[in-house]
Amino acid sequence: MDAEIATILAMDGIASGAIYLLIGLGLVLIFAVTRVIFVPFGDIAAFTGLSLAALENGHRPGTVGLVAVLAVLATLKETALLVRTRELHRLPHTLLFYLVLPLAPAAAIWFTTGSVLPMPLRIVLALALVLPIAPLLDCLVFRPIADASVLLLLTVAVALHFALDGLGLLFFGPEGVRTQPLTETVLDIGGFIVNAQTLLIVAASIVFSGLLYLFFEFTLLGKALRATAINRTGARLVGIRPTSTASKAYLLGSLLAGISGVLIAPATTMFYDSGFLIGLKAFVGAIFGAMASYPVTALGAILVGLLESFASFWSSAYKEVVVFGLLIPILLWRSLSLGEVEEEEAEE
Amino acid sequence: MSPLQLRLAGLGVVVLLALAPALLSAFSITLMNFIGIYAIAVLGLVLLTGIGGMLSFGQAAFVGLGAYATAWLTAKQGYSPWLGLMLALVLAAAVAAILGAVTLRLGGHFLSLSTVAWGIAIYYLFGNLPMLGQYNGISEIPAISIGALSLADSKSIYYLIWALLIAALVLAANLLSSREGRAIRALRGGRVLVESLGINPFRVRLVTFVLSALLSAISGWLYAHMSRFVSPAPFDVTVGVLYLLMAMIGGMGHLAGAVVGAAIVTILKNSIQDWLPRLAPGASGQLEIVVFSVLFILLLQRARAGLVPFALRFLPRVQPRVPIAEPALDRRLRPARGTPLLNVDGVLRRFGGLVAVNSVSFEVKAGEILGLIGPNGAGKTTMFNLITGALAPDQGRVHFLGQDITHQPQRQIARAGIARTFQHVKLRSSMTLLDTVLLGIYGRTSSRFFAGTFGLDRSEENRARAEAMHQLQRVGLDDRAFELAGNLPLGSQRLLEIARALASDPALLVLDEPAAGLRAGEKAELAKLLTLLKAEGLTILLVEHDMDFVMGLVDRTVVMDFGAKLCEGTPAEVRRDPRVQEAYLGGVA
Repeated sequence: MDAEIATILAMDGIASGAIYLLIGLGLVLIFAVTRVIFVPFGDIAAFTGLSLAALENGHRPGTVGLVAVLAVLATLKETALLVRTRELHRLPHTLLFYLVLPLAPAAAIWFTTGSVLPMPLRIVLALALVLPIAPLLDCLVFRPIADASVLLLLTVAVALHFALDGLGLLFFGPEGVRTQPLTETVLDIGGFIVNAQTLLIVAASIVFSGLLYLFFEFTLLGKALRATAINRTGARLVGIRPTSTASKAYLLGSLLAGISGVLIAPATTMFYDSGFLIGLKAFVGAIFGAMASYPVTALGAILVGLLESFASFWSSAYKEVVVFGLLIPILLWRSLSLGEVEEEEAEE
Repeated sequence: MSPLQLRLAGLGVVVLLALAPALLSAFSITLMNFIGIYAIAVLGLVLLTGIGGMLSFGQAAFVGLGAYATAWLTAKQGYSPWLGLMLALVLAAAVAAILGAVTLRLGGHFLSLSTVAWGIAIYYLFGNLPMLGQYNGISEIPAISIGALSLADSKSIYYLIWALLIAALVLAANLLSSREGRAIRALRGGRVLVESLGINPFRVRLVTFVLSALLSAISGWLYAHMSRFVSPAPFDVTVGVLYLLMAMIGGMGHLAGAVVGAAIVTILKNSIQDWLPRLAPGASGQLEIVVFSVLFILLLQRARAGLVPFALRFLPRVQPRVPIAEPALDRRLRPARGTPLLNVDGVLRRFGGLVAVNSVSFEVKAGEILGLIGPNGAGKTTMFNLITGALAPDQGRVHFLGQDITHQPQRQIARAGIARTFQHVKLRSSMTLLDTVLLGIYGRTSSRFFAGTFGLDRSEENRARAEAMHQLQRVGLDDRAFELAGNLPLGSQRLLEIARALASDPALLVLDEPAAGLRAGEKAELAKLLTLLKAEGLTILLVEHDMDFVMGLVDRTVVMDFGAKLCEGTPAEVRRDPRVQEAYLGGVA
């Protein structure tokens, strides 16, 4: 391996690391606010890529059907809840948030099917289409068991991933797709040939992590999310509603996952089930930060990307083995540095 | 139902199983074989996840490890399947020991997620190693033979599978009713209680993890020699989740849940494969996953306990075996009355900028009841935690029976002879009163996992049961020995905790606010018990803020306020002390 190859591998690694970073931040965010380890974020990223590809080809993305099914189910569930608690006056609110808003992008796509839209519009539409999936899943799946143990929530999250996996095949079919490159410019920086696409990925991930930081530091909603993460009961006492913070956290996490999907789809062929591995690699990054620290998660994600890139040069067949095998020494380091973690969980 | 009837029922089931190949079709026997093989792996998962509280998605990977180990050794190297079994067991145990050593100290979800990750790593390893046939797998695996008898057809391997399953169930049941088995059952719900009983939770977890891997390896070995072919797909993480689903449907907390869950999921899978293609031609394979996942989520949301506990409600209860008198367990040598037992010397503990306990010294003498009192926030509970080892002091030393215990872990201090109770009662609600008290005897007995599993611990176990019954008698709960601890009212739960503490034959009993939340009648009963214990020569340290309760009971009191010791003396002296009056009443006119 000479310096040139090493540089190429490093840039590749940083680019994929930047993608894991965005998803990893979402994982940490959701875990902090809801204690759910939302394994399906990888699927959200993959679905965004697949939706974008469908829009490029003038097809109607399978996501439309998925969102419609979820929105109808969630609306039915929430309406049933309103009937039971005799709060039918809130029905318009429920309809707006669980039916109209989630379905608006789907409707927009429904009516524009056939005509090929300009790229920025396509990206926005694909993102908007995918955004409601995680909050709707939260409403259907996690809200009824919000107080359960971390392990139970995790089991549900894993099962949910496999459900989405199966639905993904149903809605998107088995074909792999690649979206059009966001840019085809090639830059020459001091003798190194750099794809502008790579720079774009890195820039996007820096910008969005920066925005996330600003959001947490300077907006009321960001502070509410942080408060919920630190102490849920305390947050409730000062008037922060856990269900709505959870929904907002899921929206934010989905946005990050969606953006990473948009960024990764031109570089890698996406299949309906590509999300699992992407999500798990992001998770390995999040383990670096013990599911709590955003900056360490970011570093961890970049490291995972680099490792994967160099491992695939050494032997592409074993790159997954290397990346997931890496978890063992990280966990060892974590268990030595954190000491024993006391968890007083209720018996169930 | 008497134990004899239970045995007869068990025998009936065995006879039915033995007759099954004669009565059922070949297809049904194949299905039964799969059920048996899955059930062995799920049994490991029930032990690990349902009973030990460690959630693993990697059970399928261990099954794969066993299957590939034997496939490689027999099909590629030409050795006997029995050597294959050895290799499978050794390999699974080694991998589990290494993984467990790394992950089991961490919080629950780290272990679980690492099982997902390494499950994937192993899947890709199987799929890429040329020596394991990559994604094509290994074929032409020989059948198992016992002497000249070949178990090639499904009706003959059926007997091996179900014999192993029944043996595994019996051994697992043995284990769970033994000393270490009770420790496994106590793992769920936090470390503090387990440590305070002198149990090393990490060791118990690690052994449980290895045991569960061994069961998976046996399951994988059977699978390889039944199908005569292995490939990576049946050991994917998806299948690991399917095993969890089986355990969950059957009932995570019950050994029988493994068999019931494996049977239901296998039969369900089979029938779904029949009707799904009619509903959705072309996509049935994926829809199967969706159906199972949704079923799983609904189950987790609505019926976490599973089928077996539900069915048990309709079955007659088995009469418990009441312990009979046995030669007593050895007791600790008691220090002579009046000799110093516990010596707290200049102990200081900070939390950030707050000095919670500031250079406190006092002594507890053998045979007395010492009250440690003080208003809220005085530092009593911190002091308590410093003595029992739940916290370590920043300065100062604690000596017990002349031995320095300052920086010893909780479980060593428990073993040295300090038994404690908890202000917020810590009981395992699904254990009987007798089992709860038996947990307290852990440190006085020595049978390990092997002895417990193979029933070599009977004489010690009988003596321990007799002792536990005696301790229940002491606190007046012996007539409810076989009820569940969770069903008792708070007052009785406190007494049960005291019985559990007494069962460890302590030299010093430390009680953390035992009267909190009790009704007047219950308080009187508790006071009577403590007086009785003192008369028997037990030393008691009582941390309490209920003054009336303390003053009528103790020989001496130590008063703490704002982290420092205010004074010490007999109840009458302390009551007269103006500093105490000021601390409690905010100044005297």
